[in-house]
Amino acid sequence: MPDFDAEHFPGPIHRPPLVANVDAIQPGVHAEHPHHPKLQHHFDDMAQQTEASALGMWVFLVTEIMFFGGLFTAYLVYRSANPTGFQEASNHLDVIWGAINTVVLICSSLTMALAVRAAQTSAPPKVQVGWIAATMALGAAFLGVKVVEYTDKFTHNLVPGPDFVWEGQYTAAAEMFYSLYFAMTGLHALHMVIGLGIMAVIGFMAWRGQFDEDYYTPVEVSGLYWHFVDIVWIFLFPLLYLIGYHYGAH
Amino acid sequence: MAGHVAPKGLYYIVFLALIVGTVLTVAVAAVDLGPLNNIVMLTVACAKALLVILFFMHVRWSTRLTWVVAASGFFWLLILFSITMADYMTRGWVQGTLR
Repeated sequence: MPDFDAEHFPGPIHRPPLVANVDAIQPGVHAEHPHHPKLQHHFDDMAQQTEASALGMWVFLVTEIMFFGGLFTAYLVYRSANPTGFQEASNHLDVIWGAINTVVLICSSLTMALAVRAAQTSAPPKVQVGWIAATMALGAAFLGVKVVEYTDKFTHNLVPGPDFVWEGQYTAAAEMFYSLYFAMTGLHALHMVIGLGIMAVIGFMAWRGQFDEDYYTPVEVSGLYWHFVDIVWIFLFPLLYLIGYHYGAH
Repeated sequence: MAGHVAPKGLYYIVFLALIVGTVLTVAVAAVDLGPLNNIVMLTVACAKALLVILFFMHVRWSTRLTWVVAASGFFWLLILFSITMADYMTRGWVQGTLR
């Protein structure tokens, strides 16, 4: 058996055991190379680990952009087929509720950014939990308004299907508009519900004091998700609620 | 090591800009400007999204790689829109083809 080239194979390859608690199996292994308890062995340092997580989240968000993008494309195709019909249909959405929800979501984005900042600056757990709870409260308020709006659509027969009633000129375009309205705001609301679940977990972790200036990746990455959902609404609000607004609200 | 910590004041300024943008969109939408309505609402929406991405989502202080990945998402979205519409808007231009 030929000798290994010492330059390319300087020694046995270091393989850390695939267990959570290395110290229990190899006592003193971390005395040789001390590192942050949250640092995983395949990363050089905490900065690289944080960066890799944020990048991974962005790759996921790109798939989310394309996910919502399909619905935005459908909107574009059907609206360009009958722009006036879409404006007529849009006029029956309540701009006030839509605007309130836009402001609510922007506020929640601010509290989310401050929650991440609190973790980044090693703020006490109760401060971190406070900002996360505020974000969750605003998210819940958004969904509450959505319930009021959906109820209104059901009572006014604006839900596409056999019971759809339209008193305007463009029934088919209006039904398509409301199909897209429910699909887009519904998918968005589903993302909000998932976001609330994520925030509940993050809030619990923050309450247990798991985040500080060295390790706050879960808050950062969940924040990216929350802000993304806010951005989707930033586009949904004008495209659904405002295109027929200048005809005068109903 | 805590990444870049943005000053609180910056977050409040971005928040105010987002609120101003929202008020502006609603105010402009109430006036009939023809096709300009769409242009204004989408420009304001893009500006708001950009503010959220750059500051709230920390892309302003992230690596080039993150920047490229984030931008690629919107670039592919543009491809999706433009090629789809290139089909729908040109149907029937040639006699005898699908409309």
